[in-house]
Amino acid sequence: MQDIEIAQLRTITDIIKKHYNYDFSNYAMSSFKRRIQRILEIHKYSSVDVLIDKLSLGDTKYFKEFLSEITVNVTEMFRDPTFWKELKENILPTIFANNRTVSIWHAGCSSGEEVYTMAIVLKEMGLLENVKIIATDIDTTILQKAREGVYPLKNMEMNIKNYQRYGGTVGLEKYYKEEGNKAIMDKSLVRDVTYKEHNLVTGGVFGKFDLILCRNVMIYFNQQLQNSVLKVFHESLFKYGYLAIGSKESLIWCEIANKFIVVNNEEKIYKKVKD
Amino acid sequence: MTQFKIDSSQYKAIVIGGSAGSFQVISKILSSIPSNFELPIIMCLHRLRHVRNGFVEALNIKSNIEIEEPYDKEAIKRGKVYLAPANYHLGIELGNTFALSTEELVNNSRPAIDITLSTAAYAYRNKLIGILLSGANKDGAIGMKNVHEKGGLTIIQDPQECLIDTMPLAAQKITKIDYVLGVDGIISFLLELDKQIKATATTSS
Repeated sequence: MQDIEIAQLRTITDIIKKHYNYDFSNYAMSSFKRRIQRILEIHKYSSVDVLIDKLSLGDTKYFKEFLSEITVNVTEMFRDPTFWKELKENILPTIFANNRTVSIWHAGCSSGEEVYTMAIVLKEMGLLENVKIIATDIDTTILQKAREGVYPLKNMEMNIKNYQRYGGTVGLEKYYKEEGNKAIMDKSLVRDVTYKEHNLVTGGVFGKFDLILCRNVMIYFNQQLQNSVLKVFHESLFKYGYLAIGSKESLIWCEIANKFIVVNNEEKIYKKVKD
Repeated sequence: MTQFKIDSSQYKAIVIGGSAGSFQVISKILSSIPSNFELPIIMCLHRLRHVRNGFVEALNIKSNIEIEEPYDKEAIKRGKVYLAPANYHLGIELGNTFALSTEELVNNSRPAIDITLSTAAYAYRNKLIGILLSGANKDGAIGMKNVHEKGGLTIIQDPQECLIDTMPLAAQKITKIDYVLGVDGIISFLLELDKQIKATATTSS
């Protein structure tokens, strides 16, 4: 297949902006190009021009599918077990020492595995009732999956291993039941979770939080967009609130990095120290 | 003695891909190149997905240059050696920075060699050298094809010397390979390349 050129990627982002009012122009080029390539393969399109023609029709149903395919929805429960251990042992106790009720935002929650992870951590700490969680994503199809909390059973093997590395003692199996090849999560864990559509590029601030998790989401944005998203997070955090990003992400190149301090460099947990 | 036709001024980066049977090879290469080696070396090696620590430390024992697992958006610098971190794909972005991703497994791997090679080929065009070592699957073959198509240089470890020859053979099957070399040959190539780059830098300054 012909390689996709930058000009063609620009055409795609222009069309999307014009017809659907989504802005992908500041997505990281290399991964955006790969997602487009993947869509061409899934639909067996002969060239990128076929996709450009389809998007030009302004068909919102088609775009909804496109949106699901362009966003990366690969996630795990307890990804980076040491991160969750740090949350349990240090970060959450510190937050609860100063607050009776705590608000948490999962930004870019995808199919919701991380939300369940958080709920399980909190439940095992006996604090689930004191927390309000908001989970957002740009893609309403994946948000629906997150709400349903039904996952392929084959993924649970990895999730269980992660849970064990995290130091979980109750057993992850306690939180779901098997039905055929599916794992159906215990819905009572997410009773107080609000799932909500939100686009980090244009969505702005909608609340104040003690902890924001946005792990391995901003890697799909370019530096400019990372800067502006960090501003949204900064504004959405209470002073001394925490921001967690992916283990190989960094804030050091962001414009307002100086308003945060590093709390745990290995796990990439930051604290807002300046308004 | 120069057994390689190298236009050293052409190259900006080296990508090395390896899997099963490549650890000793990589270790030998890294212990044989000088600590002031000029070009950045970007390594994508198959590794345990859920073990974040230990691998880079093990490679560092023998390496003359300290190896780093880069962060997303980190600038690629001359004279550095980088290793794709666990459970991330390592891509190269236009503008000479790294781009990490947690996309689906490719060739059952994350990091996948195809992604590092293909993105590097796109970013560096004919200024890239791709080296593929021993391995038990086909990851890296398409990447090497992309390197060649963009005018870059392709090198595989001699399949006869590889512990497992599947990976270099898969690349050889679908694209032109400029050099088939044993470990010592790869080292000689890198040393010769570095010598020429240093010589050019001296004469031009």
